[in-house]
Amino acid sequence: MQRTDRDALVRRAVSLMNDGVCDRVLAWRRGEFSSDVSPGVFTDTESVEKELVRNFFCGANLSKYLISETEKTEKKVLIFLRPCDSYSFNRLLSEHKFNREKVYAVAVGCDGTADIGKLKRKCGALSDIKRRGDKIIAESLYETNEENEENEENEANGAERVFDLEDVLSERCLSCNLKNRADCDEIISDGGRDAVSERFFEVRRIENMSSEERYEFWRGEFSRCIRCNACRDVCPACTCEKCVFSNPSSGVENKAAANSFEESMFHIIRAFHVAGRCTDCGECSRVCPQSIPLHLLNRKLIKDINILYGEYKSGESVSQISPLNSWTENDADPSEVAELLERSRSK
Amino acid sequence: MTSEKTKTEAKTKMLKISLEKTGLLFEKLSAAGKLYIPVDGAAGASFEKWDGKAGEANKFEMKMSSAHNTVKSAKDVFFPQTEDLMRFRVNGKKIEVTDCSDYLNNSNNSNNSDVARADNSAQNEKTANNIILFGVRACDVKSFEVLDRVFLSEPCDTYYKARRERTVIFSMACAAPRETCFCTSFGIDPSCPEGDVSCIADGKYIYFEIKSEKGERLMSSLSDMSDISDILESIGDSDPESVASRRREIKRRAERLPLSGVSTEPFGAGTTGRYFSSPAWEELSATCLGCGACTFVCPTCQCYDIKDFDTGESVVRYRCWDSCMYSDFTKMSAGQPRLTRLERFRQRFMHKLVYFPENNDGLFSCVGCGRCLASCPVNMNIVKVMKKLGGGAGD
Repeated sequence: MQRTDRDALVRRAVSLMNDGVCDRVLAWRRGEFSSDVSPGVFTDTESVEKELVRNFFCGANLSKYLISETEKTEKKVLIFLRPCDSYSFNRLLSEHKFNREKVYAVAVGCDGTADIGKLKRKCGALSDIKRRGDKIIAESLYETNEENEENEENEANGAERVFDLEDVLSERCLSCNLKNRADCDEIISDGGRDAVSERFFEVRRIENMSSEERYEFWRGEFSRCIRCNACRDVCPACTCEKCVFSNPSSGVENKAAANSFEESMFHIIRAFHVAGRCTDCGECSRVCPQSIPLHLLNRKLIKDINILYGEYKSGESVSQISPLNSWTENDADPSEVAELLERSRSK
Repeated sequence: MTSEKTKTEAKTKMLKISLEKTGLLFEKLSAAGKLYIPVDGAAGASFEKWDGKAGEANKFEMKMSSAHNTVKSAKDVFFPQTEDLMRFRVNGKKIEVTDCSDYLNNSNNSNNSDVARADNSAQNEKTANNIILFGVRACDVKSFEVLDRVFLSEPCDTYYKARRERTVIFSMACAAPRETCFCTSFGIDPSCPEGDVSCIADGKYIYFEIKSEKGERLMSSLSDMSDISDILESIGDSDPESVASRRREIKRRAERLPLSGVSTEPFGAGTTGRYFSSPAWEELSATCLGCGACTFVCPTCQCYDIKDFDTGESVVRYRCWDSCMYSDFTKMSAGQPRLTRLERFRQRFMHKLVYFPENNDGLFSCVGCGRCLASCPVNMNIVKVMKKLGGGAGD
């Protein structure tokens, strides 16, 4: 596990731009607060030096931006790929979504990103967050008792709060264990995190609910959906030029957040649509303003695919063929699907 | 509208309630109308209808949220995300048209509590259609003024108007504004919110100041209820000073906020030419996903689409929130008015900072609530736009 420090990224970006290899850089841009980091397109070295940032709050997967950015230049687009991003990168390449010749890919290490929603719910108003080793130090604008003045519970505490890294890490990072799989032009570091939790733990928990409980669980989660489409728009597997649900001529265009549709259709249709292509990058859950754990739908399908067609990790290579696009003799027979899935559930 | 005379009279009317009795007050309020309060949930706080369910030790289960503000604003109370407008049914050679608007035949049949129901029957005549929004922050109260400008100006939106008119707003002064808050940039005072009844809490009490006739009517309807004197107290001699010092403390906190210096000065009516062709839009919009998260959490965004849905038996005409960030927004027979993401992105911010004030006596259609800062998937937001365009770029 190795951390790639910001300076190494800046040095590479500046020299590749100065050498005329790249004129656009896809990286992370600092914002108003330490936790406020945006994906950014840099077009000059000055802003790279001033604004590029690489830290615990760089959540965004940059791969999908290659589709539009490679169209905007005659030179190459520099992209920094973390281990998880490399899977989306491969997947997009295998679907011919961008021209590899127009990309300069650099592998960067990663030791996890924050779940900012989780942090904010724990700390309230943040003035600064720092990471020291495996501890996260969050400084609040207020003493705890100041924040609870409208409440009956009133517990005095300091303005500085310390958390274990794992308590505020994104869920996707807890079960990461990924290595960079892209054919990169350059490697600064390919280290990733070691998993501390099992990837399908939550899926199994939901599988073991009764069907009524499961229905209630998802109904509760989906009832918060506001149909902002952030999950779809950020998804590296959702690359239709025009989604049927946003196309007035498709006949199924749908803008209304009517519960009957959100609860039973939209997210499930989307999960099936990206099945076999979803790389489990977790962006859908990260960006949801209503904190719906959408990645669990995708993980359920990934788990089922593994059981029915053998272990498969979308985005592991560019040449791989999705089990849903192919047939082999070892594929589960339709007649045994139900039994196989049932058996896996009790495990 | 409140006359000057009643305003002065109302000002003198202050009441207070001990914090632990808030639940009892909600019980009374829910008898006077459909009550919405901010409550905590898995995704943060949201305005929910108070249910009056008693839990352990006879305390009410539903508690007011301790979060600074709700993830979404309360605008859906007046302007729901999806609403049926009318229904058409073809019957032989006739078309039957039904008005779906809820305000005509909506009664307050929503409470489980016996006490509330008993009070309700007595109050029904006067207050059956009331909606009570409790705990609205200063920024959100201001946002209703922006929405009113749009929906209540001619041609008036009768659906919005019906709900807006029967809503009584209990605003709540802020306690601990977030790092994302910048309402003071828009001249909003978080320590002293507008509203029909303006409230402020100090850790022991909530103080109520009646600000409008509507607030006055509601509070006097409460005073007829049984046991209300055990809940609502008159204020004592020292209370006005403790409220004033509380307001000073909140103001001080607001001044120290990291975004308190964001300036609206470079924006407003007549600045279209200065910003429309700025090269900065390219970088600002480069990684925008074009999703609708910012518009849907925004308290002032008010665009909607009207569509027909064929149910098989009839056709329902409904409206739903729309977003100027969407590629099919305001599509016309001639095509799309804004073809690129840059144009759509620019529209949203120009509307808030330039076009809206131009058409509404200088009123900005942003209230600095900071929701878009918290919700944007790529952390791009109006503060970054204002700093970049207005020249006040941060460190």
